[in-house]
Amino acid sequence: MAHGPKPGFTRWLYTTNHKDIGSMYLWFSFAMFLLGGCMALVIRAELFQPGLQIVQPEFFNQMTTMHGLIMVFGAVMPAFVGLANWMIPMMIGAPDMALPRMNNWSFWILPFAFAMLASTLFMEGGAPNFGWTFYAPLSTEYAPPSVTFFIFSIHIMGASSIMGAINIVATILNMRAPGMTLMKMPLFVWTWLITAYLLIAVMPVLAGVVTMMLMDIHFGTSFFSAAGGGDPVLFQHVFWFFGHPEVYIMILPAFGIVSAIIPTFARKPLFGYSSMVYATASIAFLSFIVWAHHMFTVGMPIAGELFFMYATMLIAVPTGVKVFNWVTTMFRGSMTFETPMLFAIAFVILFTIGGFSGLMLAIAPADFQYHDTYFVVAHFHYVLVPGAIFSITAGVYYWLPKWTGHMYNETMGKVHFWLAFIGLNVTFFPMHFVGLAGMPRRIPDYALQFADFNQIASVGAFLFGAAQLVFLFNVVRTVRGGGKATDEVWENPQGLEWTVPSPAPYHTFSTPPAVR
Amino acid sequence: MAWSANSKTTARLLTLAVGMLGFALFVMPPLYDAFCEVTGLNGKTGGRYEAVPAAVDRQRLVKVQFVASNNESMPWEFKPGVVEMRVHPGEAIDTVFHARNPTGQDMVGQAIPSLAPSKAAAYFHKTECFCFNQQTLNGGESAELALRFIVDPDLPPSINTITLSYTLFDVTERVAHQTDNKNTDSEREG
Repeated sequence: MAHGPKPGFTRWLYTTNHKDIGSMYLWFSFAMFLLGGCMALVIRAELFQPGLQIVQPEFFNQMTTMHGLIMVFGAVMPAFVGLANWMIPMMIGAPDMALPRMNNWSFWILPFAFAMLASTLFMEGGAPNFGWTFYAPLSTEYAPPSVTFFIFSIHIMGASSIMGAINIVATILNMRAPGMTLMKMPLFVWTWLITAYLLIAVMPVLAGVVTMMLMDIHFGTSFFSAAGGGDPVLFQHVFWFFGHPEVYIMILPAFGIVSAIIPTFARKPLFGYSSMVYATASIAFLSFIVWAHHMFTVGMPIAGELFFMYATMLIAVPTGVKVFNWVTTMFRGSMTFETPMLFAIAFVILFTIGGFSGLMLAIAPADFQYHDTYFVVAHFHYVLVPGAIFSITAGVYYWLPKWTGHMYNETMGKVHFWLAFIGLNVTFFPMHFVGLAGMPRRIPDYALQFADFNQIASVGAFLFGAAQLVFLFNVVRTVRGGGKATDEVWENPQGLEWTVPSPAPYHTFSTPPAVR
Repeated sequence: MAWSANSKTTARLLTLAVGMLGFALFVMPPLYDAFCEVTGLNGKTGGRYEAVPAAVDRQRLVKVQFVASNNESMPWEFKPGVVEMRVHPGEAIDTVFHARNPTGQDMVGQAIPSLAPSKAAAYFHKTECFCFNQQTLNGGESAELALRFIVDPDLPPSINTITLSYTLFDVTERVAHQTDNKNTDSEREG
């Protein structure tokens, strides 16, 4: 069984190896992260001053839309799938993913989906300009012609995610090493199992909603057109029925990563393992019954407002359990602050801030004030950037020595962390203030009184962007060489992935390990 | 052995995915409509109402206001004959809206009703309404559009004013499109 990868480019084209596919997912998502990041910088450059300087409003709207779509579907989701591909088989003692050929397929359709989406930028009428939430009728009657390409690219991304999720569930349920019971699985595996179920349940709903758009645009139906007896508000209900579980799809695997990193660097076992599992499951369940809190202002009976308000606030309970467990894991631990740990601690603190602004938004009567302002932008960037992006970054630093066999440069890692941490807060914290003061989101120009905070935010955004180049440089350098990493890499880390050599051989656990 | 377990899991999960797609496409829209009908959400009013003989509540007067507006691209002139009236619950009332097509083209319009407060939607019955049909007006033509309604005597006492708003949509192209489809269908059948 000592055969390695094929030489040449076909290795990547034909590979069914979970490590190759994981690497491709991660590189792809990083490329998308840079692309989406450049769009964010166009937005921030335009907003540096009031008035129109750099781009026209039409193009500005395309930038906000494409930035959101690319970051959600191109950067965050594939990065988590990449980590799942790399780590889940190694964490549960499986030789590979359960459905390796489908794995190859689910990756390779992604570049086509995003090539199609990005190509809309060069089409007549421009790229989608209706916001990443693509509310009808903005995205149907008033959409640019390129919307059809957008719909098909969403279909392909959805197919890719569903296949990826099916593969992950099948792997976790069927491929565990003997003795690896469900309640012995690392939390990253647990959170991904639950995430995969969420994906299978809601990605078809997304496919359904874009299909209804397609029918309305080209086949004369009127799901979302009031003129034909439909209702645009139906769009919002269906979209957010997908959309709210989607935001947990982007955060639950992050919980798993952080739950792996904090115990290692606190040198204590994770506090409250089983409560973590149940909290994750509760969050997943609640995510299905809170969708309308995104649309409090659309007109709902008071009972609906109250139900969605209380259900939303209820999510704070399992999330609080998690934050409590992480803090308690660190409490009186012998902590050291290597780069993955710095990102993990920043995750806990900043994600909690994002959670609190989420609670403020959950208060239905107050939401009428915050709705569609920069406060919302600040909120979801505080949960997604330190939540998803920081945890992915932490995971990459944590497992990179295992993947490459080389230690990354710790100083450069710390420089990356501090630049990113400062950049992130300088960018997004002022957005809370301009939002509360009434600055609407998705506008290319704004009233003069918002100028100072916007200027600060733009400076922070460029700092955050620059930090990612340090990351790229550090990763490339580690892949190419550097100090040898030991098999354990860290001091007594828990998990089967640390029992295989560094770098992890092309095939691991061809014979199942013994799990005690 | 592992293969068959994986196929089983895959089949189950694929069924779930296809089921959720069906749920989104075929269950959610009708479910939403049913939900709107029950709750009066978004002020959606019901279809044609079969009048049942009921006592007219002479003790009570409810103010009914009429609003007419055009969807953005609709060039017709569209306004209510009476802007406001006071009616007794249980009484059948006739009123009209005026529409005129000032363009040179023949056009088709569709009026979509919406009622405020939405709580009243379930108690506002239309026995005759131009919104049940599409309106065809030739260029320069005008028409009186009839509406006959009954305010239900069970209207909650907290509601004293009902606002009925019609938005007029230009559906000329949509109708042409559907006729084309029908023609091609019948050609295929023929």
